[in-house]
Amino acid sequence: MSENKRLNLTLHIWRQKNAADPGRLATYRVQGVSVHMSFLEMLDVLNEQLTAQGEEPVAFDHDCREGICGMCSLTVNGIPHGPQRGTTVCQLHMRHFADGQEITIEPWRAKAFPVVRDLVVDRSAFDRIIQAGGFVSVNTGGSPDGNALPVPKKDAEAAMDAAACIGCGACVAACKNASAMLFVAAKISHLAKLPQGQPERRERALAMVAAMDQEGFGFCSNQYECEAVCPKEISVRTIAVMNRDTLRAGLGGA
Amino acid sequence: MEARPIERTSSASLCRLLCSSIGSKALVALTGLALFGFVLGHLAGNLQIFAGQETFNAYAHWIKSKPALLWGTRLGLLAVLAVHLGVSVRLARRNRAARPVPYAFQNTVQATSASLTMVWSGLAILAFVIYHLLHFTVGAVSPAEFGRTDPLGRPDAYTMVVLGFRHPAIALIYAIGMFCLAMHLSHAIQSVFQTFGLNHPRCMPLVRRAGFAAGFLIAAAYVSIPAAVLAGIVTLPPGVSP
Amino acid sequence: MSVKLDAKIPSGPLEKKWEKRRFEMKLVNPANKRKYTVIVVGTGLAGSSAAASLAELGYRVKCFCFQDSPRRAHSIAAQGGINAAKNYQNDGDSVFRLFYDTVKGGDFRAREANVYRLAELSVNIIDQCVAQGVPFAREYGGYLANRSFGGAQVSRTFYARGQTGQQLLLGAYQALSRQIGLGAVQMHPRTEMLDLVVVGGQARGIVTRHLVTGKIECHVSDAVVLATGGYGNVFYLSTNAKGCNVSATYRAYKRGAAFANPCYTQIHPTCIPISGDYQSKLTLMSESLRNDGRVWVSKKKGDTRPPDQISEEERDYYLERKYPSFGNLAPRDISSRAAKEACDDGRGVGPGGRGVYLDFADAIRRLGENVIRERYGNLFDMYERITGENPYKVPMRIYPAVHYTMGGLWVDYDLMSTIPGLFVLGEANFSDHGANRLGASALMQGLADGYFIIPYTIGDYLAGTKLPKADAGHAEFKKVHSEVEERIRRLLSVKGKRSVDSFHRELGHLLWEHCGMTRSEKGLAKALELIPELREAFWKDVSVLGGGDEFNTALEKAGRVADFLEFAELLCTDARLRKESCGGHFREEHQTADGEAERDDASFCHVSAWEYAGEGKAPILNKEPLVFENVHLAQRSYK
Repeated sequence: MSENKRLNLTLHIWRQKNAADPGRLATYRVQGVSVHMSFLEMLDVLNEQLTAQGEEPVAFDHDCREGICGMCSLTVNGIPHGPQRGTTVCQLHMRHFADGQEITIEPWRAKAFPVVRDLVVDRSAFDRIIQAGGFVSVNTGGSPDGNALPVPKKDAEAAMDAAACIGCGACVAACKNASAMLFVAAKISHLAKLPQGQPERRERALAMVAAMDQEGFGFCSNQYECEAVCPKEISVRTIAVMNRDTLRAGLGGA
Repeated sequence: MEARPIERTSSASLCRLLCSSIGSKALVALTGLALFGFVLGHLAGNLQIFAGQETFNAYAHWIKSKPALLWGTRLGLLAVLAVHLGVSVRLARRNRAARPVPYAFQNTVQATSASLTMVWSGLAILAFVIYHLLHFTVGAVSPAEFGRTDPLGRPDAYTMVVLGFRHPAIALIYAIGMFCLAMHLSHAIQSVFQTFGLNHPRCMPLVRRAGFAAGFLIAAAYVSIPAAVLAGIVTLPPGVSP
Repeated sequence: MSVKLDAKIPSGPLEKKWEKRRFEMKLVNPANKRKYTVIVVGTGLAGSSAAASLAELGYRVKCFCFQDSPRRAHSIAAQGGINAAKNYQNDGDSVFRLFYDTVKGGDFRAREANVYRLAELSVNIIDQCVAQGVPFAREYGGYLANRSFGGAQVSRTFYARGQTGQQLLLGAYQALSRQIGLGAVQMHPRTEMLDLVVVGGQARGIVTRHLVTGKIECHVSDAVVLATGGYGNVFYLSTNAKGCNVSATYRAYKRGAAFANPCYTQIHPTCIPISGDYQSKLTLMSESLRNDGRVWVSKKKGDTRPPDQISEEERDYYLERKYPSFGNLAPRDISSRAAKEACDDGRGVGPGGRGVYLDFADAIRRLGENVIRERYGNLFDMYERITGENPYKVPMRIYPAVHYTMGGLWVDYDLMSTIPGLFVLGEANFSDHGANRLGASALMQGLADGYFIIPYTIGDYLAGTKLPKADAGHAEFKKVHSEVEERIRRLLSVKGKRSVDSFHRELGHLLWEHCGMTRSEKGLAKALELIPELREAFWKDVSVLGGGDEFNTALEKAGRVADFLEFAELLCTDARLRKESCGGHFREEHQTADGEAERDDASFCHVSAWEYAGEGKAPILNKEPLVFENVHLAQRSYK
């Protein structure tokens, strides 16, 4: 266990009462932050402080606090989930910050993710994209034995790499164009790598891309900021898979 | 519940694909590829200047003597350029609209400056092309150097180029134009692979590096002409005075 | 008044019970299914799979979750795997063995018939999930891979790296999304159930609050399915997600559903220790780590030397010493208590001495770092992110933490509570894990309940029940609606000084101290004295800023903590009355000479189902005797 250093920080936090409010950055100071705290625990401390002062606490989404539910969604100094690669902001610890540092905390910024309050945004656009085709059409019951259809280990691993997506939306938040392509591509690739995903492969790609386009996300311009901030380090290779599947399907190819 | 499959798109026309995000990207890539072909062909022609006045003028004369080919190519390129430009601008506007409230704290992790400035490098290339056409095709930049003929009575393209590039300011404009082209290509070449779905974990790093190198090599080859003129390697034909 | 606990266990031999019951069930004509509306609360494994499966059958489903998307429920955090009696490994597994292991693992406090059905259905779950595209780990030949888990001597756990729960939940979420897309499920995210509405003795709907707008709404249905998870967060610090709460089940309890065995809480042995008083949650390190990690502390008390300076002879591999046949894979309750014992003995490691080592040095020497990285890479990374220490070089420090709650609303064999029409699935019910749950069984139970049990049993209920017309204008709906509003108004009008979290934290400390890994008459009496005091302080001094008609996280939390403050008393009451040790419930007064749990089958071989008796009144205890016809009640031994 490393030493028990304490930090004093200046936070610039986006405050916005509701969707209609234009919002603004507010500045707060927190003192004596342990380096072993998580970033969200640091915000808990701030919120205790605010509550004691009679000021409404800062609203932010969070749930599992172990990097898997995809709920937490803070842009820390311009980087979704903050400076540590492959880490959600709930698992980002304060040892990555310096005493006296100023930290700007903003919500995900995208037209398709309207702000609900403070740092909380509405990501239901992602759900609608999955509803358009991000599944295998199989009803409960009547499935063949799990071992009836062997899946090469390599394919299962590649599918898992893509399936690791937690749907947090950092890819959109980081993209200079607020594009959702990494999210959509992750699901398309996951199912495209498995035999179970083959029958609907082409239709799925077309349907999901159409749904994505409807939501008002931007378009990918291959800058790969999404990959850099993805807490599950999903590769932009998945986007290539999506491009290929969509083009083939759109051109009516087999 | 009656089973309904993922919405079938048998009615999906090519148009619908092309209007989609991925179709649009493919269109930009495809037209970009055509323009890239032109950039290469044009370079191959231009480099003949190093072979001397005779070769270069003969090449220029040959092109001019095939008006159908020349105008076909010109119109084709114009159409391709219009699509490339039009779709790119549409995408750029949509991208801008996708983030109505910008971040107060802007930051970037790994995007290259070339990738971040594609629209601007593209527009700069467009401006450069217009200037270039005015300069060598229309002859509006320095009319005095335009319209000369060589001893065989052909338009003296060679002399025109050499005279043009003797002005350091003009050479600089060309160098800047080519730098923009280098930036644009360095991101564009690898993007084409990604957009067409050709991203293999082993090949892609190579493609990225090769694309970057190719962009700058091509620009350097173009710039070699004004540079050679200024350095006195490519000189005016004997007996021609400025 | 006392509720009648009729478990409705089908007669006949164990392996024929479910088949028999399914045949006896009434069916709803396909064309009539769309006339029924079913409410499903919660979108974890149980809720999502139930909502999707019911919609596939043709029922109109309304589904609710408090998160922003149904994909985020805490099932997603399950790491290690899911059990199934496939016997793909040819190592002697069978449905009966999985059944036996689960009953024994639960310290003979679960219902035989339910557990057997769970073991039977386990094989279908794997097939279903594979068909959905869940990327389970595979062998080189392309067939499904297995790993071992605590409390079992066969390798029957299916997994998807360290993210099995995530992948299974995404499978169910995708099935649910498909039905939402088809219009068969009406999804209500960011909507919290605040009460249950019972009309004429039947569960007929719920009252919810929309967490963004604050709107209170009534939702009417023909049956209500609760799949709202466990109550581990009553301890404040647990491995549960921050939003996990008891409110839905506790509200149902107050409306007449019996709450069974609330004292059965599971403490997971391998969590990252607490680092400071700001700690907001505890992070689990999958039990699968114990396949290769060795647990030890120094033999010497107060040994503060770094681990690499403590020689082999000076180390106490206490699990291997005490339980040679199961070793580091001893079940959770036993491993947890052993860790507590070592720390109480002054041999704990790390700051505050509340930790033990989980050491991979041997495994790395034997298999190489790469193999260990492949098996547990993501867990090791997570450990390093949180602690700043590299577990490839330094042994992990772990300590037990509250993880799962075996108790829950009482349900019969059909998963129906004591309120007709109220079904309870997954961790929210009490049925399958007895007093201790084995690893990789929670995912199995959630999906068995949702995919393969509720679609049958709800049909039987709907087909066989007369359901008078009800709508949101009904007097009972109006009454509950105004009660919900009144409660929110009360919370907002306290206008005290202390934050909701400070009360929650205090409650957690109190419970962990007096009703945690070990319990005693004295401690429980103390807890039962302190809880009402804390509750009173809460209602006098809690600070909930902001209003009820807006996004208000403090208000959400306040409602949940208010319920925890009542529920904690029920938990301690149950713990106090169960004067025996079984599974996760360890009473200091009831242990064998060598410190193992001592059951009292003569007096406590029953389910304690608590019935709400009204405000300020002691709850009524109802008992469902547990009958074991197929296994022999033995003292659980893992030696």
